[in-house]
Amino acid sequence: MEKCIACGLCAEKCPKKVDDEFNMGISKRKAVYIKYGQAVPLKYAIDPEQCIYLTRGKCRACEKFCPTGAINFEDKEEIVTIDVGSVILAPGFKPFDPSVYDVYGYGKIEDVVTSLDYERLLSASGPNMGHLIRPSDHQEPKKIAWLQCVGSRNNNRCDNTYCSSVCCMYAIKQALVTAEHLSGDDISQTIFFMDLRSHGKDFEGYYENAKTKGVNFVRARPHTIDPGPEGVGVSIRFTTETGETFEELFDMAVLSIGLEASGDSMALADTFGIELDMHHFAKTGSFEPVNSSRTGVFVTGAFQAPKAIPRSVAQASAAASSAATLLADARGSMTRNKEWPEPRDIRGETPAIGVFVCSCGINISNVVDVEAVAKYAATLPNVVHVENNLFTCSADTQELIAEKIKEHGLNRIVIAACTPRTHEPLFQETLKDAKLNGFMVEMANIRNQNAWVHQREPEKATQKAKDQVRMAVAKITYSSPLNQETLNVTPKALVVGGGIAGMTSALAIADQGFETLIMEKNNTLGGNALALKMSFRGEIVKPMLDGLIEKVSTHPKISVATEATLKYVSGSVGNFKSEISINGTLKQIQYGVAVMAIGGREGVPTEYHYGEDRRVMTHLEFDAQVMESIVAESEKAAAPDKGKMENPQSVVFIQCVGSREPERPYCSRICCVHSVKTAIQIKEKSPETQVFILNRDIRTYGVWEDYYQKARELGVIFIRYEVERKPVVNLEENHIAVKVTDPILQLPLDIEADYLVLASGVIPNQSRDLVEVFKCSASAEGFLNEAHPKLRPVDMSVDGLFVAGMCNYPKPIDEAIEQAKAAASRACVVLSKETMKLDAVKSFVTDKCDGCALCVDVCPYNAISLETVDSSLDLESASYAETEKCKDSVVATTLNGESHNLNGSFHRRIVTDSALCKGCGICFATCPKEGIMVHGFTMNELKAQVTAAIA
Amino acid sequence: MNDQFEPIIVGFLCNWCAYAGGDLAGVSRLQYPPNMRAVRVMCSGMVHPNLVADAFHQGADGVIVMG
Repeated sequence: MEKCIACGLCAEKCPKKVDDEFNMGISKRKAVYIKYGQAVPLKYAIDPEQCIYLTRGKCRACEKFCPTGAINFEDKEEIVTIDVGSVILAPGFKPFDPSVYDVYGYGKIEDVVTSLDYERLLSASGPNMGHLIRPSDHQEPKKIAWLQCVGSRNNNRCDNTYCSSVCCMYAIKQALVTAEHLSGDDISQTIFFMDLRSHGKDFEGYYENAKTKGVNFVRARPHTIDPGPEGVGVSIRFTTETGETFEELFDMAVLSIGLEASGDSMALADTFGIELDMHHFAKTGSFEPVNSSRTGVFVTGAFQAPKAIPRSVAQASAAASSAATLLADARGSMTRNKEWPEPRDIRGETPAIGVFVCSCGINISNVVDVEAVAKYAATLPNVVHVENNLFTCSADTQELIAEKIKEHGLNRIVIAACTPRTHEPLFQETLKDAKLNGFMVEMANIRNQNAWVHQREPEKATQKAKDQVRMAVAKITYSSPLNQETLNVTPKALVVGGGIAGMTSALAIADQGFETLIMEKNNTLGGNALALKMSFRGEIVKPMLDGLIEKVSTHPKISVATEATLKYVSGSVGNFKSEISINGTLKQIQYGVAVMAIGGREGVPTEYHYGEDRRVMTHLEFDAQVMESIVAESEKAAAPDKGKMENPQSVVFIQCVGSREPERPYCSRICCVHSVKTAIQIKEKSPETQVFILNRDIRTYGVWEDYYQKARELGVIFIRYEVERKPVVNLEENHIAVKVTDPILQLPLDIEADYLVLASGVIPNQSRDLVEVFKCSASAEGFLNEAHPKLRPVDMSVDGLFVAGMCNYPKPIDEAIEQAKAAASRACVVLSKETMKLDAVKSFVTDKCDGCALCVDVCPYNAISLETVDSSLDLESASYAETEKCKDSVVATTLNGESHNLNGSFHRRIVTDSALCKGCGICFATCPKEGIMVHGFTMNELKAQVTAAIA
Repeated sequence: MNDQFEPIIVGFLCNWCAYAGGDLAGVSRLQYPPNMRAVRVMCSGMVHPNLVADAFHQGADGVIVMG
């Protein structure tokens, strides 16, 4: 595997074609293959079940053509034993196979595909290069149907009674992306669904957007798909809520298949001896959501329950946190640091460039005339040495490069080979070993972006390669050595918010050995959990919460500040400084990272007569005032306690109160499960009580679907309403009159309720102040934003800041704990280093800066600020203290509203914070005076490259 | 303009997307005309207008900024 350079010659020469499972068998691959173009590591593998040599003893074509001798037919599976302190299981899921359903015709009707098949059809790296064509006649489909819940929410033909949680959103995504792939305005996309579950952050807006873009949403579960006329397309039969049956022709049908546990993951669970739940997912509890039933074994992702990417990623970090806590004492005990010799000082030397042109076996040389390129390179200015190597990346070539650097006194290197994205670090190391600054190398990408893409035009490719080498030589001529700054890290954390999320984060950070301060604005820890009786799984909250508060309060590494507010923040990742007010007393603190866990709260309803009658309540009020009594009542049987309430005869829940409407356009995720769970409790304790849940969609995502089913079995009545025709509530003497139109009966219903419970959703706690002091970002609704909605779900856009809990989006306890642990894990990545090495590619200020400040506003990372300096001081020698003093003077001028300097000897300029800068160079492109540039991409370097491109 | 016209196009490619896409095109062996000369940048936002003007001034037939 070390020898493979991923040139692909083996696959090109391999005579055996097999179905490509990555493209769902729609296209072919060879018996020697890479799974997909972005595979890591990018190494070809032989499929032993398909290889002609391994199955029939003849062929070995790949071995003959491999330029590096990387083919090893003798390679065997090895059993290795490793000692570990903890294990994380993340085997994922298996897509549901819909061929068990004869009614959908999958595998029989050509134009019925699964959502994963369709995903490949849409993909630019898929079998049709992103050109959408249907399987039957290879024509562009115009009218496409998606069928939801195939292999989910069903116990008839499969046992997957749960909701797969992700299919609604991916179907909407596919419907929207379809429009981008097809031409013409006669495109029609129809999604057949039961409940549309857009319960994630920004999902509801995405759903609404799809409606405005013309995607049809039809509430029906089609019962039959037949082939279309002449065997192309499909005919779908479905019955709508009103009872009418339709038969409609579509060009194509996509089955939105669900997620299920694979046999392999069940076997893995068996190997580890961990328990699975009734759906064969790993069993976990709400308060330890990534702990399996066996200590030290953690679970994450769809192995635990079906879930989308953001929660999978957060869970993964949570599992890492839990594992790292167990291993805290051993942290760093098996790591080694590489050290390099002091680089040679090349200041004052004239450029002496060495050019190494790679043949990459024959990958480059069979298209590009590498010898001609090498010859040409030797004629370029400042080039003193040129080599052509069979493999410039091989270990012996590294030694050769080092030798040549010494022999010829080279101070700049150009490698004409593959892409710097994979190979630049290797050559940087070679330079460092040879006592050169690692940044004195430039690569000319004559393989990926030349030989491989111009295979039929060798002459033009050779000319282009010469141009590429010329550009690289021109650029490196103007390069100078770069340094990577190192910063000391303050090994302390600040956690803002003392609810479950904040306390869990603090505990996880402190358990890894770092001092942590929890700031809570109220006078007690606990947050919303103080008002919660039990988790969705039925675990009692109070003992867990008491235990958590106790642990946090007595932990030697944790300090708690109640009635605390944040006044001021300065600094950046690794080194933040703040002033906080604790009960009126000001205190200065320093910390390396901060976790935002400021929570949210139940919204106060403004409709359905809330506040006018004590019988109209929110969830939390009903839990506290009525549920306790119902539960207590049935347990104590007939004990006539004081204050006892008669069990109600009828309870009505109204869902989405204030939610999914223009004023609060998001879904609060937890209210459906809360209502359904409460309804079950009522029915279990008082079966004669009638319970109605008036809803727009029931969003009991994932395994919570079990509760929806159980509630229906217990006789809870679910009635859907449209937002245009909301229930009408009238307060009567003896009851609350609720009028709602049942869409199935098509009749108005009058319900007499003893209690009306309003599921009013979650609103975020005020985040404006935090956003202002930390310069982080929040959504329009006030939820704190993550750096990337899928891949960095707990990092914030400002490095060193992390987010957890309901301030990010409404979520139940288990998800808040996952996120809190994930935030702790991410925070400890920073805290566990004594020093942080920054990238070298950072912006820097030149002496042309006149302080116009145009760059300050465009910087997306708030890395640029203005300062005033004393012109009499040399720019380089201005000490930190003086700079600080000057900053104050700028403040003074700004406060006075004066635009001129304090006195003639001062001038303004900008200053950049390397810890915040990401090297994007927007500042550079904005500056009219070349007053700010980016290391490694200066105006001289880029101009030289542009000029050389054309010359 | 005749059939032999071979434009010189200066491309500014963002390291994280367009340049990576260029590499992937290579891995996938997607063939395209060899007229573009790529300048790798760390963000398409880094491309100074003067660089674009400069490219045209030097004689480029086209400039493409991809990011």
